[in-house]
Amino acid sequence: MASRVAQDIPDGSYVNLGIGIPELIAKFVPEGREFIYHTENGLLGMGPSPEPGEGEPELINAGKRQVTAIPGASYFHHPDSFVMIRGGHIDLCVLGALQVAQNGDLANWSTGGPDAIPAVGGAMDLVAGVKSIFVVTQHCTKKGAPKLVEACTFPLTGPAVVDRIYTDLAVIDVTPAGFQLVEISPGVTFDYVQERTGAPLLPIASPTA
Amino acid sequence: MINKDVASISDAVADIFDGATVMIGGFGEAGSPVELIHALIDQGAKNLTVVNNNTGSGEVGLAALIKAGRVAKMICSYPRSMNSTVFPELYKSGRIELELVPQGTLAERIRAGGAGIPGFYTATSVGTPLEEGKERKTFGGRDYVLELGLTADFALIKAHRADTHGNLIYNKTARNFAPAMATAAKVTIVQTRELVAPGGIDPEVVITPGLFVNRVVTVANPAHESALVAAGVSYP
Repeated sequence: MASRVAQDIPDGSYVNLGIGIPELIAKFVPEGREFIYHTENGLLGMGPSPEPGEGEPELINAGKRQVTAIPGASYFHHPDSFVMIRGGHIDLCVLGALQVAQNGDLANWSTGGPDAIPAVGGAMDLVAGVKSIFVVTQHCTKKGAPKLVEACTFPLTGPAVVDRIYTDLAVIDVTPAGFQLVEISPGVTFDYVQERTGAPLLPIASPTA
Repeated sequence: MINKDVASISDAVADIFDGATVMIGGFGEAGSPVELIHALIDQGAKNLTVVNNNTGSGEVGLAALIKAGRVAKMICSYPRSMNSTVFPELYKSGRIELELVPQGTLAERIRAGGAGIPGFYTATSVGTPLEEGKERKTFGGRDYVLELGLTADFALIKAHRADTHGNLIYNKTARNFAPAMATAAKVTIVQTRELVAPGGIDPEVVITPGLFVNRVVTVANPAHESALVAAGVSYP
């Protein structure tokens, strides 16, 4: 999934990667392209994890893991970091999801359970401000429930914010008409994906002769 | 003569009073002024409102301040972290109040507070549960919510190098909230690895100009929270 997302990121993009699968995208940059990674705690030009024993507690990413800074990187304070995000200066954000609705609503910060400690971090700022929002997620939950749904039941991170979804089964665009299938994983059928999706899927248009 | 150098860390935090609002720099352990927080625990002020992105880890630094029962309310964006158990336990038992703020909104509220701006509109949180109770307004066809500037009685922050005028530079991602907090607090207290004479920091690279800083105390070898947690330290 991470490698598939990387193929769709234009050369020269400024990209913010969420925690989890999105972080893996940095390992799959296609040949001949350069992406600059932003981490909202104050670094543009985030590099890979440090070699064992060479990390620094004061050089971390938004997931609080130690990272490196590439040549040409810059450090800045939080208001500037969120000027980049909220001011529409970051090209792309790739996030995980609990649920995505067919109108692009995203829920990814809280299950809303009575015992949950609410924690939002920068997710609401990212979806409100970044130009394009990609979601990378397993198509269904561990219990088999669809994550792509008609309407989110979990609390929203933002309304109508998701542009494209990458799952283990398919690539799907969010369009005014609903979920538009763009690509299907090898060996998977339309019906198989539709059965595991909680809202109608628009089939891939057949190529016109 | 201007000299903001304070000889002892206990003197630096001596006047923090019960009920004060205290901004504490740091994102996770990066930039956390652990020694200043420990001095505040020793000093004893209670019923504090603390502004920080997180709620600390283990039983040192901010988590230790919370564990000691000194914090009545946290204003933060992400009160869960690796090795974070103190806040969740108190929160679940109703013994600490939480104001959850999206991270960018938190940063901008602090910036606005420091800039004398009482409120601003942002698209962040529109259409989510965190919009509740906030005024909504439409600009150019898009909805925004009103957020209020945030100020504090004190800020505790960590610098890499300071001069005696209070000019500061930071280390890598330890900068995070500190420059904004320094502007938003009535009294900004800094712990620094190095203290130099005026002129010891190139004016071109000063991040926090000295007028935002009231006190500087030197902590030459600050502890890293993760190292303390790994060693099983519980403060005090």
